[in-house]
Amino acid sequence: MAATTSIALTETPLIAYVLRRADDALVLGHRLSEWCGHAPVLEEELALANIALDLIGQARSLYDYAARLDGRGLTEDDFAYLRDVNRYRNCLLVEQPNGDFAVTIVRQVVFSAFMDPYWRAMTASRDETLAAIAAKAEKESVYHLRHAAEWLIRLGDGTAESHRRAQAALDELWPYSGELFEVDGAERALIEAGVAIDPAGLRGAWNTTIDDVLTQATLTRPAEGWMQTGGRSGRHSEHLGTILTELQYLQRTCPGATW
Amino acid sequence: MSAAAALARDDETLRRRAWDAAAQVCDPEIPVLTIADLGVLRSVEIAEDGAVEVAITPTYSGCPAMDVIGVDVELALLKAGLDKVRIRHVLAPAWTTDWMSEEGRAKLLAYGIAPPAATSSRRALFGEDSVACPRCGSERTQKISEFGSTACKSLWRCLACREPFDHFKCI
Repeated sequence: MAATTSIALTETPLIAYVLRRADDALVLGHRLSEWCGHAPVLEEELALANIALDLIGQARSLYDYAARLDGRGLTEDDFAYLRDVNRYRNCLLVEQPNGDFAVTIVRQVVFSAFMDPYWRAMTASRDETLAAIAAKAEKESVYHLRHAAEWLIRLGDGTAESHRRAQAALDELWPYSGELFEVDGAERALIEAGVAIDPAGLRGAWNTTIDDVLTQATLTRPAEGWMQTGGRSGRHSEHLGTILTELQYLQRTCPGATW
Repeated sequence: MSAAAALARDDETLRRRAWDAAAQVCDPEIPVLTIADLGVLRSVEIAEDGAVEVAITPTYSGCPAMDVIGVDVELALLKAGLDKVRIRHVLAPAWTTDWMSEEGRAKLLAYGIAPPAATSSRRALFGEDSVACPRCGSERTQKISEFGSTACKSLWRCLACREPFDHFKCI
């Protein structure tokens, strides 16, 4: 393919569905990789980098599948490097800045508590490729959840300062949790076909995990209220643009550059 | 013997030779284990065009060793005189520590890495696994971090001999 700095593609419902999962994983993986060299202790440095690696690995498998579905010879890299910000389909939660350590950990808890049962459900998808990717990711998400949950308990049930910060992070990110459960018409059809996962069926498991962790962490679950939305259809917060500026810099500057 | 049967036998000989060569390739991050010990080497087949098709599977989705393993396999086969090689990455069935050979587990232990346990309560949100120290054998050990020097290992310390050690996570 000739060097280009931008791809447009026809998103069939399945491609859009795959890209939503892939973009969640890539953007969160990128966010966690920003902790490299800045984590509070060495063990955390390794942990966050390991989780980032898992997520970027999941994204690669999903982009690879999207490329095959598209069938025009795109590669996984094209999806990551050559889509404009409004073509990204990730939820707003994963693009939120790392903030202090409490913000990063709360974001991990909210996301992993959702993805762990999500991947497990997807292992039974009628789509064999998605089921295979999920079987791999499911083994990883349980570690991600445990890591974040243990940290949130330590922070919430720690000092007055760590408790204050953990609660503030929870209050700040809570409005981004609703988008995880969103489904649009195209996705609904895939759910009925046994390909996609209905997030409504995961609400109970997510609530149980969140309540269990928050109780142990002595944190207060924020009241249900207005929820942020837009990421799935490409309307993002300003933060994603900043991420892509860094992520896509090389391909935008030297189109087609390879290692 | 019919021509077809002779051809099939030749293919089988070739396949075995290719498997033996690929099976010698070591994991770049845990050099005491071969990819056969690990269960990362899934299959070796002879394609219709005569190429050797080697299927490998990652331990974790983001395992950065996969590309290196692919290149190492190609090199090993080249040295064995097989130059038409294709590497395939497969995800299903998902890799599990159950595939690690007994020999592999023993090699890990001798190398100072606690091998994956046969059973684990990995589903428990706050599970407490017990891992014996690979150096002194004591079960008085403590997990330092779920994530160690590579994606597939966690970091522990022994309270008896005071040595830190890696544990190959059970997945």
